[in-house]
Amino acid sequence: MKTLKNVAVRTCALAACLALVAALPLGFSPVASAQDIVSPMQLETSAPGTYVIRNARIVTVSGQEIENGTLVISDGKIASVGAGGSAPAGATEIDARGLFVYPGMIDAGTNMALVEIESGAPGTVDTAELGDMNPNAMAWVAVNPHSAHLDVTRVAGVTNAVSLPQGGLISGQAALINLSGTSQRELAVVPTIALVINFPTLGGGGGGFFAQQQQGITPDAVTARERRVEEMRRMLRDAEAYGRAQDAFARDPKSVPRPVSDLKLAALVPYARGERPVVFRAERERDIRAALNFAQEMKLKPVVLGGSEAWKAISLLKERNVPVILDGTLNLPLREDDPYDSLYENAAKLQRAGVRFAISTGDSGAHVRDLPFHAGMAAAYGLPRAEALKAVTLYPAQIMGVADRLGSIEVGKIANVVVTDGDLLEARTNVRHLFIAGRQIPLVSRHTMLYDQFKDRK
Amino acid sequence: MKRLFTHLISFALLCGLGGGATFGQARGGETLIRNATILTITRGRLENADLLVRNGKIAAIGPNLRAGTNARVIDATGKFILPGIIDAHSHSMMDGSVNECTQSVTSMTRVQDILNPTAINLYRELAGGVTSLLLLHGSCNAIGGQSSTVKIKYGRPVEEFIFPGAPPGIKFALGENPKRTNFNVPGLQRRYPATRMGVEEVIREAFTRARDYRAAWADYREQSRTNKNLIPPRRDITLEPLVEILEGKRYVHSHCYRADEILMLINLADEFGFKVRTFQHVLEGYKVATEIARHGAGASTFADFWGYKIEAYDAIPYNAAIMTRKGVVVSINSDSDERARRLNIDAAKMMKYGGLSEEEALKLITWNPAWQLGIQERVGSIEVGKDADFAIWNAHPLSVYARVDMTFIDGDVFFDREADLARRPQLEQERKTLEQAEANRPPARGEGATPPRPPSAIRRAYTHDDDVHYEEDNQR
Repeated sequence: MKTLKNVAVRTCALAACLALVAALPLGFSPVASAQDIVSPMQLETSAPGTYVIRNARIVTVSGQEIENGTLVISDGKIASVGAGGSAPAGATEIDARGLFVYPGMIDAGTNMALVEIESGAPGTVDTAELGDMNPNAMAWVAVNPHSAHLDVTRVAGVTNAVSLPQGGLISGQAALINLSGTSQRELAVVPTIALVINFPTLGGGGGGFFAQQQQGITPDAVTARERRVEEMRRMLRDAEAYGRAQDAFARDPKSVPRPVSDLKLAALVPYARGERPVVFRAERERDIRAALNFAQEMKLKPVVLGGSEAWKAISLLKERNVPVILDGTLNLPLREDDPYDSLYENAAKLQRAGVRFAISTGDSGAHVRDLPFHAGMAAAYGLPRAEALKAVTLYPAQIMGVADRLGSIEVGKIANVVVTDGDLLEARTNVRHLFIAGRQIPLVSRHTMLYDQFKDRK
Repeated sequence: MKRLFTHLISFALLCGLGGGATFGQARGGETLIRNATILTITRGRLENADLLVRNGKIAAIGPNLRAGTNARVIDATGKFILPGIIDAHSHSMMDGSVNECTQSVTSMTRVQDILNPTAINLYRELAGGVTSLLLLHGSCNAIGGQSSTVKIKYGRPVEEFIFPGAPPGIKFALGENPKRTNFNVPGLQRRYPATRMGVEEVIREAFTRARDYRAAWADYREQSRTNKNLIPPRRDITLEPLVEILEGKRYVHSHCYRADEILMLINLADEFGFKVRTFQHVLEGYKVATEIARHGAGASTFADFWGYKIEAYDAIPYNAAIMTRKGVVVSINSDSDERARRLNIDAAKMMKYGGLSEEEALKLITWNPAWQLGIQERVGSIEVGKDADFAIWNAHPLSVYARVDMTFIDGDVFFDREADLARRPQLEQERKTLEQAEANRPPARGEGATPPRPPSAIRRAYTHDDDVHYEEDNQR
């Protein structure tokens, strides 16, 4: 049983930060004195430091666990990982005896930092543009680096999120962000990582809440869907042609006429060419199958997001090697007569069949910190624990095409590292140290600040 | 006619699907659960202990117990027994709308009139180890309707759900919802109140009327002893529940968010001489925990749900811990048929956020809500003589890897994972048969096509929380 309190944890972290700030020259000040330290949050804006974490149990995720391991973080990257090793000069030592080192968790299905307060404050909501076709809407432009959701989430061990635009048919382009930084540029690991398509459901306009409702499959509904799909088909073909025209012009600007610029088509080109993933939001079996068929026809690189009934389309997903980002593990089953655990065990069924998958909260931001418990529930219902951990670290990195940079503890990867006092997925586990892009992040958030303000009020 | 018959079959099957119906049929008798780790809540943790259940009650707890020859014996080696989880804020099994939004005082309405014992989410909650619920109206009105306390006896007639002897309660609501902040439709007439000032005024006015009404009856009773021809006051079923509150016979469960509105109701209750039994949600309770403790109210809150509207923006996951430390009896509730299924994980979070002990964390979902509902003499802990309401977990229930194997209420099994798994092939087969029935086939196109399927008879269940504004009645 853990007896450590968060208060103690934060105090430790703060002490470590202060020691570090005192020991290391900051970028803007040759010698940092205690007077320079206005807030431990300053560390977030300083240059990445060099850290040596010793005596930890290192859960690399990609390889074997290392007992009593040493991890070196330098220049924002994981510099070395192993059983021992010497410390680089000037490194900050962290004794992690009895602690665990994990890669930071990644939630690949959020609207992180695109919305602050969903209801009653529309000025803080930037998730969905007007109109159906917005491939040129880019989430990275509007993610708010100063959202309280970022610090609340990262201190729980989630270091990265894919923030997706939503709404319409082609919602826009998602960003993969670090949950730390003072500008959009700093947040964005990959500014435009995937195109988001709300695949039209039968009997409904797009994905989202209304797609969950029971809809009859009437001939009218089928026709309506085909019309919507045809709109997308045409636009993607136009984008392909646009790309060819641009290429031709670039090769031979003298004889090829200059194509008229079109921002929407230009945005679509890499996706129409299958160079970058297209995230299809689809829940029901029939919609998943239809989305997969559409993707095959258009030669896209599909990822299914949602996938509540992915367990019913396993053979097709396997055959086409299409990964699924499950964001409904903790949702109620879709149908009244589905088994009570049909969504709890969705991940286990995909895993047993060899379908690639990741687990996401699907949350707009405030509750992305629950990510480990979504994975934990999947593990309670048949997903091996090691797979549950991968489902929130390495697998989302692989699905989004960033496994060379994120998702495991390996040399050369971005130093997004979480040090805990227990199993990363357990609710009672405390995060003890946190690194994002090689910076030690104070374990402070809007919530800890309000806690500190009121815990001793008489 | 043929199609009607098929629908009747479909309906009958749907009622039975999900696997729960048969578990609730066996009644009474003895059950002996051997070699479990028992988390008693009030008497610590017992290792390798047996639990004997007889006639719906816990008959004995200890090592090497013996049961009669007909007793069902369950080996629980390596497993954990936790008292049935009690959810102090639920809308499960409330059929149709949970809100009567047309007036600001609707104390005449009763949850007990709209109970649907076949709601499938009840079964899903049993599978999360939940056994009792406080069913509350929505938060549309400053003074809402009368609540019901139930045991989840899924598969039994609705009468058996009612928790015997549970004190009656009523829902109040403060803040954004009763003032209809997020629910104004252009062109529709607004309803009083529109401010927190008005919310206070509505409650004050209602209790003033209730006090007069009570006095009128007291006068009548007094004077009718000598004057037999006196006409009694006209009965007022809106004010009667408020009189019960003034007399301490009905518990007030008040939805609230902001610290100022919590203090407002405490002040008002003190002035009129009644107690608030629980503040519900009470997300800023941590700012005024001392005052809540002094008033003697409990607090039933979310573990870490926040930020979904302005008055939830100062919510912090340390709320439960701070209030507990200040002496408030705190529970973690769901307000959601979904979240109710994993209150154990919500309780575990409270060890991280504020450092509650394992026992304090478990109390948040067992004994504490039992106290808040006034049923702590019957349920909420594993003690001899108490109702045999508990679940067997395959791991420590504060672990995210834990799963419920069996759930008991009054000694009878209402959820059994093994039995559920065993029935699945049969249910799958039944479903296939039904889907092939003519009436259930998808319509073809063109001339002579089969007509569209009739609309689903299944009512959409409430799946979400307090303030999700797209729910059909807009508000909970």
